[in-house]
Amino acid sequence: MTTQYLLAGFGGQGVLFAGKFLAYLGLTKGKQVSWLPSYGPEMRGGTANCSVIISDDPVGSPIVNASDVLVALNLPSLDKFESAAKPGSTIFVDSTLIGRKVNRADVCAVYVPATQLASDNGMASLANIIMMGKVLAAEDEETVKAALVKAISAKRADMIELNMKAFRIGKSQ
Amino acid sequence: MSDKVLMKGNEAIAEAAIAAGCRHYFGYPITPQNEIGAYMSKRMPKVGGVFLQAESEVAAINMVYGVAGAGKRVMTSSSSPGISLKAEGISYAAGADLPAVIVNIQRGGPGLGGIQPSQADYFQAVKGGGHGDYKLIVLAPASVQEMASLTVKAFELADRYLTPVMILSDGTLGQMMEPVSLDFPQQQVFEKPWALTGTKCARPKNVVNSLHLVAEKLEQKILARYERYKAAEQNEVMCEEYLMDDAEICVVGFGISSRVARSAVNAARAKGIKVGLIRPVTLWPFPDAALKAAAKKVKAFICVECSMGQMIEDVKLATEFSKPIHLVCRSGGVIPSPEEVVGKIEELMINDK
Repeated sequence: MTTQYLLAGFGGQGVLFAGKFLAYLGLTKGKQVSWLPSYGPEMRGGTANCSVIISDDPVGSPIVNASDVLVALNLPSLDKFESAAKPGSTIFVDSTLIGRKVNRADVCAVYVPATQLASDNGMASLANIIMMGKVLAAEDEETVKAALVKAISAKRADMIELNMKAFRIGKSQ
Repeated sequence: MSDKVLMKGNEAIAEAAIAAGCRHYFGYPITPQNEIGAYMSKRMPKVGGVFLQAESEVAAINMVYGVAGAGKRVMTSSSSPGISLKAEGISYAAGADLPAVIVNIQRGGPGLGGIQPSQADYFQAVKGGGHGDYKLIVLAPASVQEMASLTVKAFELADRYLTPVMILSDGTLGQMMEPVSLDFPQQQVFEKPWALTGTKCARPKNVVNSLHLVAEKLEQKILARYERYKAAEQNEVMCEEYLMDDAEICVVGFGISSRVARSAVNAARAKGIKVGLIRPVTLWPFPDAALKAAAKKVKAFICVECSMGQMIEDVKLATEFSKPIHLVCRSGGVIPSPEEVVGKIEELMINDK
């Protein structure tokens, strides 16, 4: 079983970190994982995205051309990547920042007002983890926490509990 | 797997170099390999090593020449245009029989090109780059784990064969994170009686030089070097074979292309097509024997490359043009998709019927 994730948003929304957390979650569960960021001029103030693959088998190409799970944190990302989602796949949309609905009828669309929830709860920088709470709602808390501990640098260890709180908010949506 | 950490390929190279005893790193910034220099700038001072951002690539490679001449393990890294600038220094190091590790995290070229991943420096790495009769041992990692383990290997090969060794990778492998284990085997210590360590008035002076004005003397130097190359060809060839036992089509790719090829082989196998993969790990010495053996049993080869087709020439030579060899390639920083490779595999199967 292989799941191909594509996470996309503005630079600064924590897309790359959300991907790193996701990759560590896979690693914690003993899976094969890869994490590949977009890198290029578009990152400076523009869009950022990363491909994460979690698999039972060794990962071949680390590039996600067709997603099983697309997480879109802004409108340009949804515009750009919606067409590349596999039929039957899931698209998670930050409905605070994306005014429109998913056009595709052959995918499952999930709307989470992640940015609004982050703002309401005084954790403006954690819309990314609120979103991941919804994406990874089936994961148990212990695994999630173990992954966050690895993804967050030791210097920022005080952020782990706040990230857990954000995750729970997303999970309960 | 709990002992594994996620690291970028570039960081894994830097950490592995330090683990291999490299305490001197010289470089000049260029995307997409800047994580190597950044990592070295943080770590080297903590392990008593030297990180130095040179004023140019040319300066950096000549600092490498100096440290290698003093008998210490040393590394520089750059990306395609920067490697072209280093070419003169690489030729000098080869001509002076100096062990050093040079990392090329390739980007699209020619010229300044772009910053997206490429494999178009294959010829430069494998066939020359600098002037004169010399070879580089060229290693092509295909995972972050191999970025680490082959870097350690590169230092060993450099010391054993007294030659610069190149890690030929690309922006994708440099930028991506994968789990990596940083436990490396104990390093062999190589005696370097030729190194410039000071005579202390106790021995004749050593000379490290690539200038030999008497033709016969220069030829002797070259012949001795080619004896070492011969030994490397006999002892150091590395390649991976994947699902080749019953394969009728053999896909060939190195580095990031081999990852794409592996996905394509899996997808084609799921459709019942007998296809396998040969992945050269050493690009020089090239795995001629594995490809020659494959040519005896497969109907055709497909080379997958992020260039207009460079490695394919070595596949043709290795297989002595005995089977059709096809190419799936993208260039300029674009990576072929597994679907493009599967498309070619299916096309060959249809034409075969």
